[in-house]
Amino acid sequence: MYVAVKGGEAAIRNAHRLLAERRRGDRSVPSLTIAQILEQLTLAVDRVMTEGSLYDRRLAALAIKQARGDLVEAIFLLRAYRTTLPRFGSSVPLDTGAMLIERRISATFKDLPGGQLLGPTFDYTHRLLDPDMEDDDEPVDAGTVAVEREAVPRVTDLLGGAGLIEPDGVHDPEIPVGDLTREPLSFPADRDLRLQALARGDEGFLLALGYSTQRGYARSHPFAGEIRMGEVEIEIEIAELDFPVPLGRITVTECQMVNQFKGNGDAPPQFTRGYGLVFGHAERKAMAMALCDRALRARELGEELTAAAQDEEFVLSHLDNVQATGFVEHLKLPHYVDFQAELDLLRRLRAEHEARKAEDAAAVQIREAAE
Amino acid sequence: MIAPEILTGGFSEPVFQSQAVFRQVLDAFARPGRVVAMPSVVTAPSPLFTPTAAFLCTFADEATPVHFEAGLAGGAAAAWVTFHTGAPLAERPDLAQFAIVTDPLALPDLETFALGTQEYPDRSTTIVIQVESLFGGDRFRLEGPGIDGAAEASPAPTPRNFLPALARNRMLFPRGVDLVLAAPDAILALPRSTRVTALRGA
Amino acid sequence: MTIRDESPAADEKRSPYNFAYLDEQTKRMIRRAILKAVAIPGYQVPFASREMPMPYGWGTGGVQVTAAIIGPDDVLKVIDQGADDTTNAVSIRGFFAKTAGVATTTRTTEATIIQTRHRIPEAPLSEDQIIVFQVPIPEPLRFLEPRETETRTMHGLEEYGLVHVKLYEDIARHGHIATTYAYPVKVEGRYVMDPSPIPKFDNPKMDNSPALQLFGAGREKRIYAIPPYSSVKSLDFEDHPFEVQRFEAPCALCAATGVYLDEVILDDRGGRMFVCSDTDNCEQRREAGHTGTAAGIGGESQ
Repeated sequence: MYVAVKGGEAAIRNAHRLLAERRRGDRSVPSLTIAQILEQLTLAVDRVMTEGSLYDRRLAALAIKQARGDLVEAIFLLRAYRTTLPRFGSSVPLDTGAMLIERRISATFKDLPGGQLLGPTFDYTHRLLDPDMEDDDEPVDAGTVAVEREAVPRVTDLLGGAGLIEPDGVHDPEIPVGDLTREPLSFPADRDLRLQALARGDEGFLLALGYSTQRGYARSHPFAGEIRMGEVEIEIEIAELDFPVPLGRITVTECQMVNQFKGNGDAPPQFTRGYGLVFGHAERKAMAMALCDRALRARELGEELTAAAQDEEFVLSHLDNVQATGFVEHLKLPHYVDFQAELDLLRRLRAEHEARKAEDAAAVQIREAAE
Repeated sequence: MIAPEILTGGFSEPVFQSQAVFRQVLDAFARPGRVVAMPSVVTAPSPLFTPTAAFLCTFADEATPVHFEAGLAGGAAAAWVTFHTGAPLAERPDLAQFAIVTDPLALPDLETFALGTQEYPDRSTTIVIQVESLFGGDRFRLEGPGIDGAAEASPAPTPRNFLPALARNRMLFPRGVDLVLAAPDAILALPRSTRVTALRGA
Repeated sequence: MTIRDESPAADEKRSPYNFAYLDEQTKRMIRRAILKAVAIPGYQVPFASREMPMPYGWGTGGVQVTAAIIGPDDVLKVIDQGADDTTNAVSIRGFFAKTAGVATTTRTTEATIIQTRHRIPEAPLSEDQIIVFQVPIPEPLRFLEPRETETRTMHGLEEYGLVHVKLYEDIARHGHIATTYAYPVKVEGRYVMDPSPIPKFDNPKMDNSPALQLFGAGREKRIYAIPPYSSVKSLDFEDHPFEVQRFEAPCALCAATGVYLDEVILDDRGGRMFVCSDTDNCEQRREAGHTGTAAGIGGESQ
C-alpha cells in the first residue's frame, strides 16, 4: 500500500524532541552548566570563537552545549548568530607587541629579550591518562606564576631591526580592509582577505595542509620564530575623535613563522614571513595558519606553484567547515527526482545494450547457418 | 546648520516600504517598458522626484557610491540622499554604483559611467534619468528579455542622444549600464538587455 | 489551502529578528544583485551570501533570495522534489511563516512566490508569480573546469566549446547525451547557465515563461535570473536534438500523463509504481475526479 510521505512537520517536531532528550542524557547526572564549559573546556570555547569568527566566550560555550559538543555544529551556531549583528567598523590593527604575555616561546633563539615563557601548555606533559581526573579535580595552585606585565618585543621585530627578515606587510590606509563576510571573495584575493579566510578556516583542514608543506609539497623551511599568547587591547577609531578609543581586551594567540630567505637583484636575501592569529589559546591553529599563509604567498614571492597548499582558489574555496559540512551533509536531502532521471537513462542504455547483443548473436547464427 | 528639509522625508517604515519599492522596481526591470507606479513613501528636496528618492532609499547605502550631475552635487538633494542612505558621493561617474540625472537633455555619454568588465559585467552603474512624463514623447520600440514580443516607451522629453546611446550600450552587452526613467509618480526600466529602436509613425 | 500564521512568533515586535530574518543592509545588497541578475540574463552575479540559520547546501541561496523579495502580502509555496511535504520544504516554509508571518500555500496557482528545489511545478506559471530556485553549484562549467578564474573567463569570452565536447563524448560512449538533470541551457543566446538540478524534463518550462525566475546559490555566493519571456534553449546537436524523459505509464494515483513521475518501490520482488512528483498537481487532479490504477488501494495521503 502506498502512502505519500506526509507529516513532515510531525516528523521534524519529533526529531527535535529526541535531540533535546539525547542532549540532556541521563537525568540523574547534573546538567552541564555554561560556567563549567567556560571554565573547563576553554580550548573548545577558543576554537569555536575563532572559527565562528565572533569573540564571545559565553555564547561560544552555549553553542558547545547546544551542539552536544560537536564543535563544527557549535561554530555554525555562532556564525548564524554573528551574521545578524550590525557591523560598526573595523578596529585599529592589534598591537601584539604590547601584549600582556601569558606564554611566549621562540624556537629560533636560545634566549632573547623577554625570555621564554612556557605558560599553560600540554607540550611537556606525558600523555598518560590520569585516573585521578575521573573524580572531582583538586584545585591546583599555580603559585606565583605571573603574567608578564611588561611589553615583550617580537622576535620578528628584533630580526627586522637588522634587516634580516622582510618587513611586515603594509596595508594602504586608503584602502579599507577587506571583509569576506561583506563582499564575495574573488580571485586572486589579497592577503588581508586570505588571512581572514584562514583565521575562520577549519583547524583540521589547515593542519593537514600545513603539514603537507612540511613534507615537501611547497616546502618553505619554516622556523617557529615566535608563538605568543596573551591579552591585547582592541581599539577603534571614531570619526569625531582624533584618538582611538579602547573597546576592551581579548586573548589571542599569534604565530610568526620565519621561512627560508628570498632575495633578488634589488633586495638582499632575507627571511620571509608566514603569519597566524587566532582568538583565545589555539596554538595548533595559529601555527597551521602561518604555514598556509606562507604557502599562499607563493605567487607574490615568485615561487613555482606546485602544491595544493599554494593554490589560493583551492584552499580558500574549501577551508570553511560550515560550508563544507553543509554541502557534504546535503547529500542526506532527498534527491529522488534526479535519481529517477538517472535510473531511467540507465535502464534505457542497458536495454539498448541487450538489444545490440541479441542482434549480434542473431547475426552470428545466421552466418553460421549460411556456412 | 542642516536644513530641516534634509532631515525629514525618508521612509517612515523602512522595512515594508523598501520592500514595496523594491518589488515595483524588480517588476520594472523584469518587464522593460512597463510603466510601474511607485508608492509615494518619501519626500525629497527638489529636483528629486519621489520615485528617484524612493529608489535611492531602497538600494543605496554605505557600500554604493552615488554620482550626481554637476549642478546637483553640492545641493540639498544630494545632502538629503547622503543623510538618508549613508551613501558616499562619487565624483567620478565611472566609480558610481548609482547615478542621478535630473536633466534628460544633458544626459552624459553613457560610456562615462561604469560599464563593468567582460568577466564582471555587474560592476556597472545604474542610472536614474528623470523625465517629465513616461508618455507623449518620441516613441520607441523595445524588444528583448522580459518583453512578450515587443513593447513601447515614449518618455518626454527624449533624453539627449537617446537612441544612438542605447544602441551603443546594447552593443557592449553583457557590459553596459542599466537605465531607470523616472517620472514624478512612476518609473520604467531599460536594462542593458533591451533592444531599443525608433518606432515609425510616431 | 492558504494559512496565515498568527502565532506570537509571527508578531514582528516580539521577534528578536527582522522581518524575514535578514537585516535591511543584507536585503539591500541582495536586491541590488537581483536587479543586476535580471539585467544580464543567465549571468551569475556574485553576492555576499550570509550565514543562514540552516546549513549551506540546504537552500540558503534560495532562502536569501526569498527573504529579500518577500513582503507581508505575498503567499509562499515551498517545494522540494516537487512535493510540499518533504521535510526540508516543511522546514523552509515554517521558517518564513515564523520570521515573516506570511501566508503559505501548497496550491501552485495561489502562490505569489514559489521556492523550489529540483522541480518546476507542472501547472504553468503566470506573470504574477516569481519562482526561486535553490542552487547547489551554479557554474555549468564547474565539472569541466573547477577553477572559478577559468570559468569566469570562458563566460566572458562566450567560449563554450568545452560543454559541447562533454555532451558529444556522452553520445560517442552511450549513444545518448548522458546528462539527465542540471542540463545546461543557453539564455537569450548568450550565457550558458545551470538550471539547478531539475530533471531535464523541466527545462522546456523555463523557455518563454511568463514568470520571473530567480536562482540563489548561498554557499557559492551567486544569484542569477531569467526574466519573463526569455529564450532558454537546452544545449544539443542537430543530429542529437534535446529531448525530455517520457514515462510509459500514467500516474498511478491520478492517471496524469506528460508529467514527471516518482518511482515508488512497493516490495522486494520488483513491484513498483509511478506517481506524480508534483504533489499539488496530483491532489488537484484527484479532487477533480481523476483516478489512477492504485487510487483504490489506500492511496489517499494523510
